[in-house]
Amino acid sequence: MITYVYDGSLEGLLTAVFEWFERKPGAVLLRQSNLHQPDAFQEDFVVLSDRKKADRVWAALQQKLSKGWIRRIYCAYLSELPETHYHIFELVCYVFQSEAGAENNFGNEHVLSVSQTAKKVEREKHRMEAFIRFQETTDGMFYCAIDPDFNVLPLISKHFKNRYADQQWIIYDLKRKFGLFYNLETVAEIEMQFTADTIKSKAKPDMISGKEALYAMLWKDYFNSTNIPARKNTKLHIQHVPRRYWKYLTEKQV
Amino acid sequence: MSERIREKLNILADAAKYDVSCSSSGSNRKNNNKGLGDASSAGICHTYTADGRCVSLLKILLTNHCIFDCAYCVSRKSNDIERAAFTVEEVVSLTMNFYRRNYIEGLFLSSGIFKNADFTMERLLKVVKKLRLEENFNGYIHLKTIPGASEELITEAGMYADRMSINLEMPTESGLKLLAPDKSHQEVIDPLQLVQNQIVQFREEKKLIKSVPKFVPAGQSTQMVIGATPETDKDIMQTADTFYKKFDLKRVYYSGYIPISNDNRLPVLGTQPPLIRENRLYQTDWLMRFYGFNVNELLNDANPHLDIDIDPKLSWALRNMQHFPVDINVANYKMILRIPGIGVSSAKKIVQARKFGRLRIDQLKKIGVSYNRARYFIQCADTPAQLKDYQGTQIKSFIMAESQSKYRNTTNNQLILF
Repeated sequence: MITYVYDGSLEGLLTAVFEWFERKPGAVLLRQSNLHQPDAFQEDFVVLSDRKKADRVWAALQQKLSKGWIRRIYCAYLSELPETHYHIFELVCYVFQSEAGAENNFGNEHVLSVSQTAKKVEREKHRMEAFIRFQETTDGMFYCAIDPDFNVLPLISKHFKNRYADQQWIIYDLKRKFGLFYNLETVAEIEMQFTADTIKSKAKPDMISGKEALYAMLWKDYFNSTNIPARKNTKLHIQHVPRRYWKYLTEKQV
Repeated sequence: MSERIREKLNILADAAKYDVSCSSSGSNRKNNNKGLGDASSAGICHTYTADGRCVSLLKILLTNHCIFDCAYCVSRKSNDIERAAFTVEEVVSLTMNFYRRNYIEGLFLSSGIFKNADFTMERLLKVVKKLRLEENFNGYIHLKTIPGASEELITEAGMYADRMSINLEMPTESGLKLLAPDKSHQEVIDPLQLVQNQIVQFREEKKLIKSVPKFVPAGQSTQMVIGATPETDKDIMQTADTFYKKFDLKRVYYSGYIPISNDNRLPVLGTQPPLIRENRLYQTDWLMRFYGFNVNELLNDANPHLDIDIDPKLSWALRNMQHFPVDINVANYKMILRIPGIGVSSAKKIVQARKFGRLRIDQLKKIGVSYNRARYFIQCADTPAQLKDYQGTQIKSFIMAESQSKYRNTTNNQLILF
């Protein structure tokens, strides 16, 4: 079996599909170059990311699949999981080789796996839309830093742009070291330089606007008074707001 | 200044918390004017309280002063509690500032009735108009219709709100008369009907003229208190069914009664709220709306109450074993949906996937079917042959034995020795 080694990008992944159809080597393994361990008994094939080839595959895919499935594949790609990338590769090859409608064969492991991972990514996206808490800084900017499980910033950008059209905001992904900045017109990708002690999900105290403390307190009050103690159900609470997200939530800070 | 706001927020949020509706979905209001907010997407629950209920809207009363004396309500006239009232500006600034920080999806505004219905409705309308017209707020607004308010006010409010609701409070007229003698179901039905007629009218006009403004785009909802009066589950769900059909409601909410007074017409203080019953009612509601069940199939004169220990779908299946086992490789979608352990998304996947070959047990498990539950009711490509036909009661005991219900009594009759 040949091992296809690619660079981990979507372009690389699609190029791998192109190369596979050019050669038809049968079953292959797919490895990201940074995770690849050369094997003495197996042949490697290095996939060189090629914009043109990737575009051709992507265009053909758009003709073959509905918008919903294109989004699913993109979401699954954003999961950044090597095994999911492999499932995407297999799914795309399968779709191109089958009649129309093959993407609905949920009995196929690649179809099912891609759609389930896409669902996970969408869930994380939705959680970020829910759990992001902006803090107003002294210069009127609304700031929030996150470290989501998957790379969901490309997915949430439109949501926040539509919603906060009249305020400047920054959402920064601490794990992947890039962020989104909205300047009242467009959303741009930014990178920030942190010193070791400033890497926190909250802005520095001297940068926060004066009103911030008041509204944070009012929100905490509201959160507490809207609770009905007679119905206490901690298990359900944790199920909906898993502990790893508490660090974002104003109402969960003491 | 901030101390007073805090106090008011605490009192008025506390008084509003028994209204369970918190959905923020179903609207189509887009942020077209470069303002704040966008209610066009599906709803978002921004956080959950310690009791596991979602917090999506800033849910407050404008005031908890009230001229009525309904026994089931905390804000009743005779109750000795702190009273407070927000000004219009205070509500607007709280909503805007909470929304800017991504705390909430919008505002849920209700109110006690002070002076009279029209005066109260006017104040609610003022808040909504200020948010929409002066602050360019496009977030979600859920507004309570005040029973007895004039048609003009209700119609005008509908132009700015995304959802309007009015609570039935008690599932039956007799129950309501018992606890709130000055109220009647007719008072609720009239405004519901009015808003519904307007929604239909605006929708018709929209087909001809594109610029027709929005009118209550997320529809109407209502709420019933469960367990305060002795209605059966059948009464409750039949009322719900009638209201769903008659007024095209988006939701009916069921709120387990939490004892708040020493009134002898009501459960005594300290009684546990009927949480399991509430859960079973919601399950029935879902079965009616998304699973194609008729209310009479689930609840009828022979079974006026829902089973507490098993869910209503399983309970229906056990009573109707003549429909099972269902061959999932040939049965139609509607029948697959009725199998315990298979939900809407699994059923859809099954119908899609079986075009490509007969489905096996392992595939069903991967698709997401709860196989341990469904196995007694289905047949797939590799179901082992079985000679014995089990009775409904036997299947129930098998399922109960291997499932771990969160509601199961933890007390064990058998002494545990090790």
